[in-house]
Amino acid sequence: MSPSAAPSKKKVVLVTKFAVRDHEMVPDHVLLTPEEGVEVLKAFNIVAPQLPKIHINDPAAKEIGAKVGDIIKIVRKSTTAKHSVFYRLVID
Amino acid sequence: MTVPKRIGKIRFGLISPQEFRKMSVVKIITADTYDDDGFPIEMGLMDPRLGVIDPGLRCRSCGGRPGECPGHFGHIDLIAPVIHVGFAKLIRKILRAVCRDCSRLMLKENEKNMYLEQIQTLERLGQMTDDTVNKVFSEARKNKTCPYCGAPQQEIKFERPLSYIEAGHKLTASDIRDRFEKAPDDDIQVMGMNPATARPEWMILTVLPVPPVTMRPSITLESGQRSEDDLTHKLVDIIRINQRFQENREAGAPQLIIEDLWELLQYHVTTFLDNTVSGVPPARHRSGRPLKTLSQRLKGKEGRFRGSLSGKRVNFSARTVISPDPNLSIGQVGVPMDIAMELSVPMIANTRNMEIVKTFVRRGPDRHPGVNYVTRPDQRRVKVTDKNCEEVAEQIDIGWKIDRQLADGDIVLFNRQPSLHRMSIMSHRVKVMPYKTFRLNPAVCPPYNADFDGDEMNMHVPQTEEARAEAEILMRVQENILSPRFGGPIIGGIHDYVTGSFLLTHLRKPIDRRGVMELVKKFEFSELPEPEGVVDGKPYWTGKQIFSLILPRGLDLSFKADFCYNCDVCKGEDCENDAYVVIEDGQLIMGTIDAEAVGAFKGKITDRIIKEYSPSVASEFLDRMTLLALRGIMYAGFSFGIDDEDIPAAAAEQIDDTTRTAREKSQQLIEAYNAGELESLPGRTLDETLEMRIMQTLGKARDTAGKIAGQYLGLDNSGVVMAVSGARGSMLNLTQMAACVGQQSVRGERIMRGYAGRTLPHFRRGDLGAEAHGFVESSYKDGLNPTEFFFHAIGGREGLVDTAIRTSQSGYLQRRLVNALQDLEVKYDGTVKETRGMIVQFQYGEDGVDASRRDYASTDNVKRIIKSVLKKKESA
Repeated sequence: MSPSAAPSKKKVVLVTKFAVRDHEMVPDHVLLTPEEGVEVLKAFNIVAPQLPKIHINDPAAKEIGAKVGDIIKIVRKSTTAKHSVFYRLVID
Repeated sequence: MTVPKRIGKIRFGLISPQEFRKMSVVKIITADTYDDDGFPIEMGLMDPRLGVIDPGLRCRSCGGRPGECPGHFGHIDLIAPVIHVGFAKLIRKILRAVCRDCSRLMLKENEKNMYLEQIQTLERLGQMTDDTVNKVFSEARKNKTCPYCGAPQQEIKFERPLSYIEAGHKLTASDIRDRFEKAPDDDIQVMGMNPATARPEWMILTVLPVPPVTMRPSITLESGQRSEDDLTHKLVDIIRINQRFQENREAGAPQLIIEDLWELLQYHVTTFLDNTVSGVPPARHRSGRPLKTLSQRLKGKEGRFRGSLSGKRVNFSARTVISPDPNLSIGQVGVPMDIAMELSVPMIANTRNMEIVKTFVRRGPDRHPGVNYVTRPDQRRVKVTDKNCEEVAEQIDIGWKIDRQLADGDIVLFNRQPSLHRMSIMSHRVKVMPYKTFRLNPAVCPPYNADFDGDEMNMHVPQTEEARAEAEILMRVQENILSPRFGGPIIGGIHDYVTGSFLLTHLRKPIDRRGVMELVKKFEFSELPEPEGVVDGKPYWTGKQIFSLILPRGLDLSFKADFCYNCDVCKGEDCENDAYVVIEDGQLIMGTIDAEAVGAFKGKITDRIIKEYSPSVASEFLDRMTLLALRGIMYAGFSFGIDDEDIPAAAAEQIDDTTRTAREKSQQLIEAYNAGELESLPGRTLDETLEMRIMQTLGKARDTAGKIAGQYLGLDNSGVVMAVSGARGSMLNLTQMAACVGQQSVRGERIMRGYAGRTLPHFRRGDLGAEAHGFVESSYKDGLNPTEFFFHAIGGREGLVDTAIRTSQSGYLQRRLVNALQDLEVKYDGTVKETRGMIVQFQYGEDGVDASRRDYASTDNVKRIIKSVLKKKESA
């Protein structure tokens, strides 16, 4: 539980909100345009529900302003492939 | 192809008496099975409406023949209700939670609503409701009076196996059923049950379903006598007691007798469902054998799930003990003659093979590559015997199938459990051999994780062309030399193969012509290389030259050997320990061949050959290596005895000195600690600091002792040769044998357990010294003193327990992983998908690389390629 949620305690620590995307452990999240999304689906010859999912309430998804049905491109650092690209469908 | 069907929903619930009656085709009233003429009695346990098992008859319910008719349920009306054992615990819970008077769940209305809401939320999310439901039961039980009718509640005692006692009175099954019947639907929902599919009174049986005869077939013995299935026996008992009960009740028998009969009926129904209920004596057969009733059919290793569904028996398979045979190729398997004559491969006669097929048949079943059975085109099978073989051979025509006995060169699958990775099943070529064990080359032990201390392995013979092709292309041993786990060779030399290669190739020991001949006599070399030199007018060769004979031409390679001392600056080609291997154009120029070059899991040479040439060349290399290495070890002579652990008196003294100083040092530490002079390390308490410092001192003492022993034990010691070449054991093992066993530990700490303040009565309380906490100063060779021995046993026990726990845990972990991943597939576009086409990975392993098909992308490779290209240019 965050410290600010316990007001009865004397010490109240204020947590400054920061963008989760700025954290070094969080991979790059890029919101794709609908056209780009279609391209991705075509490239893998799949339909949108066959993609891995990401919840609309996911902090990173919220930050880039994703809506349900959007596709997010996630670029992770990889020890073997330098970059690994992932696509996720936003769901609720 | 059949389209896989998707299951939309599974509904679990209890079966109601109405449903039992609805699915029943006949009410069973007599306990008899067959009449004197051997016909099933109507409304008896073998009623023809229950299904058919006798060939030639038809089912009276569905008209199917045996095999077609799945069987149909009947039912028995029980005179009095009985409890279903499987629900005894749940009945207890409900009994305590509902009012004895009005049968309502004893929770206030608002509590009920709250719990109901929780349960419904959990169900919607597809999560377990157990915790909430248990909470409901425990809360409801706390009420001493019913919040609805105000009736005072009585404590209900449960006595194993099936008695519920309320205030000294035993509740009968009908009492309980009456209470449950009155419970309102809304309350049942709060108890986590759906009243439409599971009402609590259905846990008390009034109707017993009679399983169809197809699941309890009677067998006719050779004497013509019929022997009934265990379930039938049990049903007979139930019907008999049921009848007696009814007669007695109608005759107005005394209450005592009625109760006894009721109890008996309860017993029979209980054992019919489960014959291993604790507190209930198991029902026995006349011979004294406990009956196998319903739950025994499903439970345990031989039960329906683990025995019949997850695992099945297969034909065309064999199992026996394995033993080593270094003369076999790694791709072969020695099959005992007895097994070869039992197993067979189908052959279909055609215009081209007619004569061959006939010769096989003519041999009969008793002369080895013979024939056991012949199948005619109309699918009739004829057993070939010594007497009819000539006759059958004449009849053979196109389209006949013969079951030819297993012979040399046939391809078979070979497997050792546990089959943890794909190399646990590989295909080998058969080599029929005398005696009774499967034989395999020790170099293929690592993938199977096999040894020869009594291990058994299984063999399967593929029966179709497709299966054989698959086995030959995908599963051959040589296709599996490289492990997909780490991309290196998992097959290679072990133990003596490594020692042998080491002894042969280390340094440049001269080998005379006679010796060379001895080494190469298993091979077919037409000429020997130029001798390395001449001594006393006699030419001599070196082991390096001999080893070069088995290397493929054009191989260029250089690497550090396993026994490289890891000097601060590697001198590379100028290594004075002969630990830097250089191979040029298939000639071993320098360096020693050891585990790093040919060993399993390492095998640099094997790896290079696979990548540069082909797996078959590598497999040939391994075959030759195994032969040569064994010749090498035999030529050098190799043994290890107790006197190999001897060290000179001077060394022993030195070791004594080190351990003595270490002991003194730790004593000084203790004194400093007691005097309060010890400085604590950062982040440690004083006690921890002392422990660490002592452990450090004693650890260093053992290492020093090892080093001293190592100085006196050189490469003339066979233990050192084994440790250094990577064949078996380590220098630490040798240290422990020859110099000092060292500190024993439990959970990484010195031994602290035992009596109050001390480990053993031999020491003073609070003694922190080395000996008192498990430092073993002796070596295994010298022998341990009693306290040392005891401490060693403590440490050893921990090791054993750890391995036992680790194997069981990792086994379960592996099972869960495999179950989760088994349907994933790498598609042609490099994506990983599961069966519905859902993407799991967009690129297999993020980089799309198959570990066993890649080459290490090191600068070393670039150098090697440049070198070989330049050389080609030069020679051209």
